[in-house]
Amino acid sequence: MSAPRLPGALVDTGETLKFTWNGRQMSGHPGDTLASALLANGQRLVARSFKYHRPRGIFSAGSEEPNALVQLRRGAAQEPNTRATVAELFDGLHASSQNHRGSLNHDLLAVNDLMAPFFSAGFYYKTFMWPAKFWEKLYEPLIRNAAGLGRLSGQEDPDSYDHGFLHCDLLIIGAGPAGLAAALAAGRAGLRVILADEDFRMGGRLNEESYSIGDRSGADWAATACAELSAMALVRLMTRTTVQGAYDHGIYSALERCTDHLADSSGKPRQVLWRIYARRALLCAGATERSIAFGNNDRPGIMLAGAVRAYVNRFGVAPGRKVAVFTNNDDGWRTATDLLAKGVRVTAVIDTRKGGTRDLDGVRVDHGRQILDTSGRKDLKSITMDGGIRVEADCLAVSGGWSPNVHISSHMRGRPRWREDTAGFVTGGELPWGLSAAGAANGTLTLAAALGEGQATANRIAEDLGHAPDRTPLPRAEDEPFQITPFWHVTASTARAFVDLQNDVTTKDIAQSHREGFGAVEHLKRYTTLGMATDQGKTSNVLGLAILAEVSGRTIPETGTTIFRPPYTPVAIGAYAGRARGRDFRPTRLTPSHAWALENGASFTESGPWMRAEWFARPGEQGWRDSVDREVRMTRAGVGVCDVTTLGKIDIQGRDAAAFLNRIYANPFLKLPVGKVRYGLMLREDGFADDDGTTARLSETHYVMTTTTANAVPVFRRLEFARQCLWPDLDVHLISTTDAWAQFAVAGPNSRALLSRVVDDMDLSNDAFPFMACAEVTVFGGTPARLFRISFSGELAYEIAVPSRYGDAMIRALMQVGKDLDVVPYGLEALGVMRIEKGHAAGNELNGQTTAQMLGLGGMVSQKKDAIGTVLSQREEMTRDDGLRLVGLRPLERSEKLSAGAHLLNPGDPQDMAHDQGWISSVAWSPTLSHAIALGFLKNGAARHGEVILAHDPLRGRSQKVEVTSPHMVDPEGTRQRG
Amino acid sequence: MRYSALKILAEGLTGNRGWKPVWRTPEPKAEYDVVIVGGGGHGLATAYYLAKEFGITNVAVLEKGWLGSGNIGRNTTIIRSNYLLEGNQPFYELSLKLWEGLEQDFNYNAMVSQRGVLNLAHSDAQRDAYARRGNAMILSGADAVLLDRAGVRKLAPFLDFENGRFPIQGGLWQPRGGTVRHDAVAWGFARGADSRGVDIIQNCEVTGFTMQGGACLGVETSRGAIRAKQVAVCVAGSSSRVMGLAGMRLPIESHVLQAFVSEGLKPVIPGVITFGAGHFYISQSDKGGLVFGGDIDGYNTYAQRGNLPVVEDVCEGGMAVMPMIGRARLLRMWGGVMDMSMDGSPFIDRTGIEGLYFNGGWCYGGFKATPASGFCYAHLLATGGPHDTAAAYRLDRFRRGAPIDEKGAGAQPNLH
Amino acid sequence: MIIDHPLLGPRDAAEFTVLGDAALIHRPDGMAEGAEAAFHDYVYLRDNPAGLHRELWYHEQGDRSWLVVTRNTLTHEITEVALARDVARAEGRSR
Repeated sequence: MSAPRLPGALVDTGETLKFTWNGRQMSGHPGDTLASALLANGQRLVARSFKYHRPRGIFSAGSEEPNALVQLRRGAAQEPNTRATVAELFDGLHASSQNHRGSLNHDLLAVNDLMAPFFSAGFYYKTFMWPAKFWEKLYEPLIRNAAGLGRLSGQEDPDSYDHGFLHCDLLIIGAGPAGLAAALAAGRAGLRVILADEDFRMGGRLNEESYSIGDRSGADWAATACAELSAMALVRLMTRTTVQGAYDHGIYSALERCTDHLADSSGKPRQVLWRIYARRALLCAGATERSIAFGNNDRPGIMLAGAVRAYVNRFGVAPGRKVAVFTNNDDGWRTATDLLAKGVRVTAVIDTRKGGTRDLDGVRVDHGRQILDTSGRKDLKSITMDGGIRVEADCLAVSGGWSPNVHISSHMRGRPRWREDTAGFVTGGELPWGLSAAGAANGTLTLAAALGEGQATANRIAEDLGHAPDRTPLPRAEDEPFQITPFWHVTASTARAFVDLQNDVTTKDIAQSHREGFGAVEHLKRYTTLGMATDQGKTSNVLGLAILAEVSGRTIPETGTTIFRPPYTPVAIGAYAGRARGRDFRPTRLTPSHAWALENGASFTESGPWMRAEWFARPGEQGWRDSVDREVRMTRAGVGVCDVTTLGKIDIQGRDAAAFLNRIYANPFLKLPVGKVRYGLMLREDGFADDDGTTARLSETHYVMTTTTANAVPVFRRLEFARQCLWPDLDVHLISTTDAWAQFAVAGPNSRALLSRVVDDMDLSNDAFPFMACAEVTVFGGTPARLFRISFSGELAYEIAVPSRYGDAMIRALMQVGKDLDVVPYGLEALGVMRIEKGHAAGNELNGQTTAQMLGLGGMVSQKKDAIGTVLSQREEMTRDDGLRLVGLRPLERSEKLSAGAHLLNPGDPQDMAHDQGWISSVAWSPTLSHAIALGFLKNGAARHGEVILAHDPLRGRSQKVEVTSPHMVDPEGTRQRG
Repeated sequence: MRYSALKILAEGLTGNRGWKPVWRTPEPKAEYDVVIVGGGGHGLATAYYLAKEFGITNVAVLEKGWLGSGNIGRNTTIIRSNYLLEGNQPFYELSLKLWEGLEQDFNYNAMVSQRGVLNLAHSDAQRDAYARRGNAMILSGADAVLLDRAGVRKLAPFLDFENGRFPIQGGLWQPRGGTVRHDAVAWGFARGADSRGVDIIQNCEVTGFTMQGGACLGVETSRGAIRAKQVAVCVAGSSSRVMGLAGMRLPIESHVLQAFVSEGLKPVIPGVITFGAGHFYISQSDKGGLVFGGDIDGYNTYAQRGNLPVVEDVCEGGMAVMPMIGRARLLRMWGGVMDMSMDGSPFIDRTGIEGLYFNGGWCYGGFKATPASGFCYAHLLATGGPHDTAAAYRLDRFRRGAPIDEKGAGAQPNLH
Repeated sequence: MIIDHPLLGPRDAAEFTVLGDAALIHRPDGMAEGAEAAFHDYVYLRDNPAGLHRELWYHEQGDRSWLVVTRNTLTHEITEVALARDVARAEGRSR
């Protein structure tokens, strides 16, 4: 049962929240964390450690928790490794312990603890090597199954996440005393302020200490400050919001947990990842207490002293009935007095500092003593001091001093600086843009000083940004000096003394690591795994470093430090992804005829960002091949229509447009007459083929370029580069019009007949509008359109473009007026079959690794002008006569299929890469030729038409003889398209 | 000291007090046969193979920080040989074969774990390209399996087969691919080189080259001048800076690649999986962390950190292909500086300066190459000629028009 | 990162596509003697300084301006942003 709460707690005891722990019913109150509720229910053993599976309890009261990691929620919403100390309690919460085999109480893997002498630092690098095969089969699976912490559900994350953007003058990270004082000052000075705190209640340690400010408690003062701030229009208070990372130029990422404190997210985003653009930032993230290393310092019941105060003062929970205190600084004493004030028995205060005289009424006080060992496997029972003095205690509050939370300040790789007086690292080196620190985060550990520093720093920032500072005097607050004499570990302890609780790194591991030569801090971290756990070493790094310094006879600054990496606390991967998942991973673009195609049986396929119709199935067709074959046959025999809107379209205008195009395309473009279209080949500047397409000249100064679908964006980018950077004074302007025009290929012997019913008042005869002609026309009585007589299919063909908004009407009209001509829509597959039959290169051939020569287009590259890529296309290895050339291929046994990706070999040659002759790039079954065909690249291929070679496909266990042909397999003379 | 289970037992029973330093901490000598600049994975491997394969032990490895602090200390630990091009495939296959015997060879468990590498395909064109690549691998003596959708589902049932923007059509699987405990590779090579007499000198930064008559006679360092018959630079990430000291301009830019690790989780991802329609690859470490990454940030940088857009892009890729990781928490992200070369492929070559050798340009693929890079560089240094499998990695390949461009992205480093 | 666009003011770098070294403005004359060597250096060799670097960024998700951004590759601090067209003209490019 839940114990009654101590007086003065910040939990609402008027309301009860039910939850289960390992299936057991428990209860708590609003304002509780799972950790405080577990303690209130007497649950002290909550976890098992990573390596030795030692029993562990709650160690802290915040996000630094190394021990109390639990599985929260159930089913697909299961969240492994959740820190009980920050999980807000809600009614119906389910939590269970993790990382044990058998029950939490009787963990079979606790046997590891007995094996500890053999599991010393880096032991796994020295064994498990024999026999070699056993690693993957035996050792590694054993290790993998034992390692890891919690378990993912294996199901899709059922929640959604959002991204948001915020701008401010001042981002204040942390709403403790310094942060609140800073926010008040900045807010009153008129700055746009964001105050973010990871807790669900603002105030930081003001909620957890027995401080008073002015005439009221610290917690009251914090609540009043928040009320004043809430009323300021330019101040945004963000609770449950952790600033996670600092990025260039004042950009910070912050995670807001919107529904984690509710039983159910009810369709709302679970978390929001904010990107905050801040002119200035102030780090008021406080400090994290660290432990002292002594024998068996990891038992359930051993806690940070500040956490003990938090549980007593904020949550009204006594973490023990007999509490001892072990400290090297004044905070230990504060713990004892707070406990006594709440009526909790204190059995001893042990201060490592020699020569102290302070006394406490009715409490055993030991100055200059150390704790050597503890007892109580699953629950602390007693402690033993030097001299063999044994004191009963079921809770030990340990304070080894405070480490400022400088994490964010080192995200730009700035190295923190050691501050002797308060024995902690403070911000140093290259700080994130505009970031400063105040309060405990800056090593200023007393209340009045923190308040003052927060206010003063905010005022300085306000003045920097041109605002008058806030002159409101601060209320009086206590300001006892903070005294600490660093004390890191008890060398007289013979039992293991833990430094990194989560990863089970002990003082002995550190000493051994140093002995083996891993003396650099980074080596220590990597060899022992110190600080590599889910807490990033928040409570252990400085302690480990100090012990390394001691064993290596150096000072802490000489020893150095590791730096922290984003994020400050672990962040759900789903939050970084936001809404970009599933179908919304990337935007989807639809062609103008999409709706019509959907109505007409099309199936669709991804083509870059587009969805394109791949074929239009008709009733009775047995499979996609039936549909595609029919579409090809009907197009080649009659007329077919295909939406080609996805091709990139670029409008090019200006007096120098011709000169510009002549430098962009490898083939000549200066003399293209108005009313004509030309095929163009673009090279990259390194001489390899980049893209191909057509450009039409509509007037003296107006051209329309098409690119491939895949390269629409990069080609436009490169044209702009050439225009702005290479030839800035050419009179030429570019607009991407891909989305502005709906474009349809109309192909086949009946295409002229069909289009003559569509285009207004125009002679489409071969004489009047020959192959490669173009014109601006109107269709259906006045709708503007552009007509190009170009052919990808090899048939008599046109492409007709209308403004996008008429695209849907256009496809319907074409189908309507062409009914008696048996007009057929064809999809991407039929388009592909026809282009392979014609030997046109597409994506599989234009893969960025091929040259004009390889594509059989070497003759197009004009040597008489300086176009992009011309010069480097002529390098020796790229112009070899025996290089790869595009060829057509067909199976010698005509009934066989071909497969793309097969390699070409000379029959009889060894089958290895040294004898590789090329590969098959594209395959199709040709309904026109009634056998399989392919395009491929073959060494010296142009001179080998008629040869029989081997298409070798060991991946699919096939090898077959193929005949080399010209790539132009249907109508090689091109009479049809000119007809 | 030879490591074994018995040794661990003996040490465990005597308080683990008998372990000796894994390497010495020698003072630099005035002269060596070979000075290797850079104590990262490739430099240490080069020293190891020089000593072991060629008996050249009068060697120093100079490292400006702590050994292994290069990209060997900050990568995503993947090994594979699933390359397409003639200039690359045999080299990476050599590397994979060296990985397979490495631990017994240097008596250090680097946890070489061949749990397979799966590249997902999302379109017919991608499947065709993978088929060509898989056949090239088999023709070079590597292993490759082309999987259809059902085959992928069998290997990785947790992938999103239902709701993907770019549905999974199949994949190319290399069963021998896998992961290695990256730091241990540096330590193993260092230990092996040190025990054969190589001096590994940490905290020794090269500040210049000693040149005379167009030849390189040694290096100037933060710890004094050191003469050498051969100076072998091996400082990927800083190649332009160091070779600049010798007056050379390189076909290389420095870029940052970010990497990510999640909190520890019970085993959930079997091998390495790469998304084919976005930038995302993932594996799970023996400790349980999901180790993943994606694209480089794209701008020149020497700062070992990146920015938020790429973090989001990588996680979007992850969620697109395996939405079960949504509730796994990202624990740590970091950045490493890459030598991005003009064609995405590396260099192992002599330079125009006598006595000066260069190894670099590894882009984000250097880790898997570590053993072969060391092996081939040692071969070049010891014999004067390139190793067969590294013969294409010449600095003059762009002049000749023979780039090794796996991606077909052209002379733009941030696209490789 | 944030790029202070000369026409549009501060914009998130995610709106841009980065090309690299601003020396790419200086395309050699392809018809000149020794063009192949000049193009080799132009296309393949890059200054890759640890410090101030002039580089080309393209406002692809914006106004399509090419910019020359002077940025420190050690700190990422941006000290100057100019329209590439102006830079190109000032450095002698014309038609």
